[in-house]
Amino acid sequence: MAADPDTAAADSSPSLLSGWGRTAPTAAQVVRPRTREQAAEAVATAGPRGVIARGLGRSYGDPAQNAGGRVLDLTGLNRILAVDLGTGLVTAEGGVSLHALMRALIPLGYFVPVTPGTRYVTVGGAIGSDIHGKNHHADGSFAQHVASLDLLLADGSVRTVTPESDPELFWATAGGMGLTGVVLAATLRMVPIETSRLAVDTFKLPDLDALMEKLAGTDADYRYTVAWMDCLAKGSRLGRALLDCGNFATLDQLPAKHRADPLAFAAKPLAEVPDLFPSGLLNRRTIALANEVWYRKTPAARSHLATVAGFFHPLDGLRDWNRVYGRAGFVQYQFVVPFGADAALRRMVERISRAQAPSFVTVLKRFGAGSPGYLSFPTEGWTLALDFPTGTPGLDRLLPWLDEQVLAEGGRVYLAKDARLAAADLPAMYPRLEEFRKVRAAVDPHGVFVSDQSRRLGI
Amino acid sequence: MKDALGSVQSLLILGGTSDIALATARRLAADGRTRRIVLAARPSERLEAAAQDLRALGGGAKIEVETVAFDAGEVEEHEKVLGAVFAAGDVDAVLLAFGVLGDQSADEQDPVAAAKVAQTNYVGAVSSGLVCANALKKQGHGSLVVLSSVAGERARRANFIYGSTKAGLDAFAQGLGDSLHGSGVHVMVVRPGFVETKMTAGLPKAPLSTTPDAVADAIVAGLRRGAEIVWVPAALRYVLSGLRHLPRPVFRKVAQR
Repeated sequence: MAADPDTAAADSSPSLLSGWGRTAPTAAQVVRPRTREQAAEAVATAGPRGVIARGLGRSYGDPAQNAGGRVLDLTGLNRILAVDLGTGLVTAEGGVSLHALMRALIPLGYFVPVTPGTRYVTVGGAIGSDIHGKNHHADGSFAQHVASLDLLLADGSVRTVTPESDPELFWATAGGMGLTGVVLAATLRMVPIETSRLAVDTFKLPDLDALMEKLAGTDADYRYTVAWMDCLAKGSRLGRALLDCGNFATLDQLPAKHRADPLAFAAKPLAEVPDLFPSGLLNRRTIALANEVWYRKTPAARSHLATVAGFFHPLDGLRDWNRVYGRAGFVQYQFVVPFGADAALRRMVERISRAQAPSFVTVLKRFGAGSPGYLSFPTEGWTLALDFPTGTPGLDRLLPWLDEQVLAEGGRVYLAKDARLAAADLPAMYPRLEEFRKVRAAVDPHGVFVSDQSRRLGI
Repeated sequence: MKDALGSVQSLLILGGTSDIALATARRLAADGRTRRIVLAARPSERLEAAAQDLRALGGGAKIEVETVAFDAGEVEEHEKVLGAVFAAGDVDAVLLAFGVLGDQSADEQDPVAAAKVAQTNYVGAVSSGLVCANALKKQGHGSLVVLSSVAGERARRANFIYGSTKAGLDAFAQGLGDSLHGSGVHVMVVRPGFVETKMTAGLPKAPLSTTPDAVADAIVAGLRRGAEIVWVPAALRYVLSGLRHLPRPVFRKVAQR
């Protein structure tokens, strides 16, 4: 019989895996189950170096790789199992992407409760990282919209977990980086929408103070807000940014030509990026130029209607956009500090600007109240996301310095983006780590679920 | 685990009293991420003192430093001795740093002594290098850093016994690196020029000579970018590329100096 690549073959040779940042690749045996039974079998036969689930590989660092062990590629569990158009409850397997959910449900008048900057993440990954989006200040994080999940545990059993039935296991799994089990399926509360367009107001802010003030002032009026900052701007332009604020458009906000099909959704990747870029292409000069052009071409304020893809996922237009950083890859850094820490935030933006550390996508946002997840990232405050080419001079000094500032303010960095945090800094950033460990020890006493990140950080 | 910027949490040094290896260990431990260092070498006071020095590093974070009795010449023991190090926990980077210089003019008259140089530098490295490579492959990640030498690039009258062992080691390490491509294991060959260490004490300095700290910096930078061959100083790459192609009569004259 011919080998079927989709069966849970246990004797396949190891593959090299890395995160979206393409740093620190390691080898693991990849198994792609198509059924719950195959997934359970793959966990039961995992071997001494354990197993971790992987979705579409959009985490930037090493949480979805497991050197010398097994990696469960969940993208084979990609069925939408149930849709209730009355309540907006949708049950999907763990490997279903948010893209697939949008394609299926936007035409039916429902949007995902939370989307990150890419649609190409899975439901399981969204829960494991307890992802957030431009609506965090209004709606919280992803797991807060999960009514129930089916979790494959280390012993091969499957448990249905809800925030009511087993709050400890539920909130350990939300943001738990896959270390409590494998999310085989989840039921989400979707958000009703009248149209698939967003009414967007864009504001051009000349400096950091203006930006922070405007962000604070717009949160109440818009469900979705995010600021794109020019991290290389200096002096009086420090922190200049474009602030995008949007709400889903109502039917009467659509121009006549779109009213016939108000829920159209036709997003697809425009072009594949070839893997030919030299590692130094994105540097302080090219990024400064791009920032300048993009800032200047935007008028001081404008209002327009945007598509879901154009507003939420501008980078998804290019498949494999991470390749533009070259083979050396890049490091993402996202932190949150409380609202009182405005001075520290300013100090960090100043230092990044002074170091001329070129971050291509720099995003500032305000988080609302934190998530109950033990290892969930969002807490109330300012969050800044940056990405730096790995070869950036001085990066090995800049990032630890940023860690120090974040720690001093009682903030934290985002594990879904982390690829280099020191293990010693984890407990202070995630004060509920011990509670997490207790739950994990109870459901996985032998440490079957393990990742490069959990080894590195000693989670 | 090695992180995105090449920091390592656990380090195994074969040749635990090597000046270059200890300088590298100090340099790596400086970022506070190193938690375990294993010094494998023949037991000596010097080894214990080196371990004690490393324990004091780490900037507050505790570093576990162990010493392991390891003799490059006793190849039958390598699997057992080094296997135990890997069994106790993942190793992110192995530094294969042992080697002896020998005494060229004396060894030319004492073939057994000459063979011992080869036994240590080449045979011992083949055996321990393979033991480590296989263990790294099994854990699916890690770097094997092999200290070669420019002396192996073109044999010189003055040190061809040592040079030939490094030539063999260099070729072995390159082939090993290719065999491990795609396995998650990275092999880096380091080719320093004349390094001012206890090994070379008393010898006349060569042009473009370097220090253990400079070699350590180059190793750390190489780990960060996943380099396969590192020259120290970097300019030697071009010098040796020229020397390699000199006709024999010319090279004899140049090398005599």
